[in-house]
Amino acid sequence: MYSKGLVPLAAAAVVTITTALALVFFYAPNDADQGFVQKIFYIHVPMAIVALCGFVAGGVFAIRHLRSGDRSWDMRSYVAIHLSIILGLAVLITGAIWAKASWGHWWLWDEPVLVSFLVVFLLYCVYYPLRFSIEDPDRQARYSSVFAITAGAFVPLNFIAVRLAEKYTHPRVLSQTGGSMPGEMRLTFLVALLGVALLFVTLWKLELTAKHASMQLKRLRNRARVAA
Amino acid sequence: MMGGARAILRKDLLIELRTKESVPAMVLFSVTVYVLFHFGLDRDSLDGELASGVLWVTLLLAAVIGVSRLFAAEREQGGIDGLLLAPVDRTSLFVAKAAALFLFLTAVELVAVPAFAVLLLGPGLGGALPELLVILALANLGVAAVGALVAALAAETRARELIVPLLLLPLLVPLLIACAQATEPLMRQDAGPEELGRWLGLLSLYDVVFVLLSVAVFDFLLED
Repeated sequence: MYSKGLVPLAAAAVVTITTALALVFFYAPNDADQGFVQKIFYIHVPMAIVALCGFVAGGVFAIRHLRSGDRSWDMRSYVAIHLSIILGLAVLITGAIWAKASWGHWWLWDEPVLVSFLVVFLLYCVYYPLRFSIEDPDRQARYSSVFAITAGAFVPLNFIAVRLAEKYTHPRVLSQTGGSMPGEMRLTFLVALLGVALLFVTLWKLELTAKHASMQLKRLRNRARVAA
Repeated sequence: MMGGARAILRKDLLIELRTKESVPAMVLFSVTVYVLFHFGLDRDSLDGELASGVLWVTLLLAAVIGVSRLFAAEREQGGIDGLLLAPVDRTSLFVAKAAALFLFLTAVELVAVPAFAVLLLGPGLGGALPELLVILALANLGVAAVGALVAALAAETRARELIVPLLLLPLLVPLLIACAQATEPLMRQDAGPEELGRWLGLLSLYDVVFVLLSVAVFDFLLED
């Protein structure tokens, strides 16, 4: 059910990510200010964008779950949020490495995107204790969906608030280079973004397939036990 | 709808008046946190950023207590079944709980803000009082909406005491930013509002988003 098209999708993800890495190391020029270190941008920013899209997708799936009452949408929402949290951890780590390398500090409070991301990450981490402290499966799905919708609406609001709180405007690489990124850099960035997005969708489908299979196995075992 | 909400609100206020559980605890907590900040910062009086930060962090932490007690009576005495069986829709339950929380927070601030002015605040509050009241009212509205939603979300979980602060505090970060930034110029020696409109705008946006969102999703909580 979920495994349809998984193999070509996985192959596309592998090819795109390999191409993106090749472009990062052999094609994209070194940044004039930051040098080689700036290349972490090609993994950090796509991961951040995909993680945020995953959080929002989790909210959208949750809306569909509450609308239809079909628990498979809750499962889609859960897996999307779960993968986004993992990506989010990687975003925070790569962000800290980048900050250390180019500004000399592991953490900078005046970098609004990173700070907003931390707040969003902390909020979404509560998804696990909330979800797994509810036993009744229907209620678990419903409460998780309410959380996913609330947190999904919180994401943009939080970004606005943290951006407004910014007193010292730090040079923001994304908007700076996004506006006037040289062609080679832009191409590399877009290929990397596509690669991470494909990887995300592949893992999402894979996890859903695995969850579906293990649920089916449990159902069959129960039936066998009843029969025996 | 309003009749049901009013009845639930009346019940909650009556319980609070008789048992005196939440509000006195929140006030006591706030004053204790002021004492902690006095020793933690080793300062006798605060102004500007530090003053507004200490005030708002204290008030929001006190709000956590109120939120985690919001469904206490229903849970411990089994009253939740009665509420859910009554022909009252969930929206009126939300309105009643949010209104109760709003009133509790207002009652706490009536004591906790003057106590802050006496204990820790350097410059007097006199001139900036109208602005501060507007900020407090908008903040209470936001905390009430988010708090009622979080309380309902956590009410049915096993790890309730854990979930409420972990869920509520990150959700309140935008509100804290707006409140602390709006209050900061009011607590400087040369008091005077500054960029107040911007922060009140953010605070209003936060309130509108979370009131609408909570009303929309509250129906799905506390079912069955």
